[in-house]
Amino acid sequence: MTSAAIARLIDAAAAAIRDHAEELGALDRAIGDGDHGLNMTRGFEAIVEQRAALADLPIATALQKAGMTLVMKVGGASGPLYGSLLMAMGKAGEDAPLAERLSEGVDAVRKRGKSGPGEKTMLDVLVPVLEALRVGPADPVAAARRAADAGLEATRAMLATKGRASFLGERSVGHLDPGARSSALLVHAVCDVLEGRS
Amino acid sequence: MTDTVLPGNALPDNVAIVIVSHSPEVARGAADMVREMVGDEVRVAHCGGNPAGGLGTDVAAILAAIEAVYTPKGVAILVDLGGAETNSEMAVEMLPEDIRANVAICNAPIVEGAVMAATEAAGGSSLVEVRATAEEFRS
Repeated sequence: MTSAAIARLIDAAAAAIRDHAEELGALDRAIGDGDHGLNMTRGFEAIVEQRAALADLPIATALQKAGMTLVMKVGGASGPLYGSLLMAMGKAGEDAPLAERLSEGVDAVRKRGKSGPGEKTMLDVLVPVLEALRVGPADPVAAARRAADAGLEATRAMLATKGRASFLGERSVGHLDPGARSSALLVHAVCDVLEGRS
Repeated sequence: MTDTVLPGNALPDNVAIVIVSHSPEVARGAADMVREMVGDEVRVAHCGGNPAGGLGTDVAAILAAIEAVYTPKGVAILVDLGGAETNSEMAVEMLPEDIRANVAICNAPIVEGAVMAATEAAGGSSLVEVRATAEEFRS
């Protein structure tokens, strides 16, 4: 991956989070503690600050460093969760196909969160996206976008059993999960770059 | 943000306690209660707040707290809500392997767990015993 492509990925991901920080905060206030927008923005702005250095690295190393930045800067559970996602995607190696890279990342999130799909979390977006990529679709970008949107929407009806939202029990039903929303935003941001839109 | 207190005569003979809360005030208050119980017989460190100073937890601060009180006898970590646990687990994994083996996160209420753990630790108990005592408190 070229330096320019890495820089575009960083800018697109950070812009997606920054532009939706209010929305992420509102979703999190409904079923959590309300800091998801602020926390994610702080983490991704820290990555943007390192953009020049990260863009000069091989993608495997850049992902691991960006992941560590999220771990150290976010300040909520989403730091270790998204940080572990990126670090494991980096550890997949320099030439791993995208599905294999994402698979390593998703496994790390499962372990870190002691969670699986169906529990109203970011995994409800990431796992369907991974499954959509694994079947080798003719248009992987479109398939990933569709899977992310459907996965996000599916969290609305779910009962949260992980994280702060689980304290609400049945009252968590009827709200989109903020972590699933941020994951969907990031999937779309990566797709935008792959399509040459940003 | 991390406020570690190491009284001059605190010996590393006993398991140490690290308290990790979303709130610096909660962390400090829990540590005060521990010190009231065990004085300087047990090393106690606490941290609270995210890297920007708001409510949350900070992996770097947790690492610093563990390192400040570390003893081969062991370190018991008490946490409050989910993010404190996830960030503490992350911090523990970032420790060198030989140190990591002597650090345990207790599944217990933060205040009661910290006081129970410290009381057990003050008697010279092992990390396994300290953790079990803290976790017994779960209602």
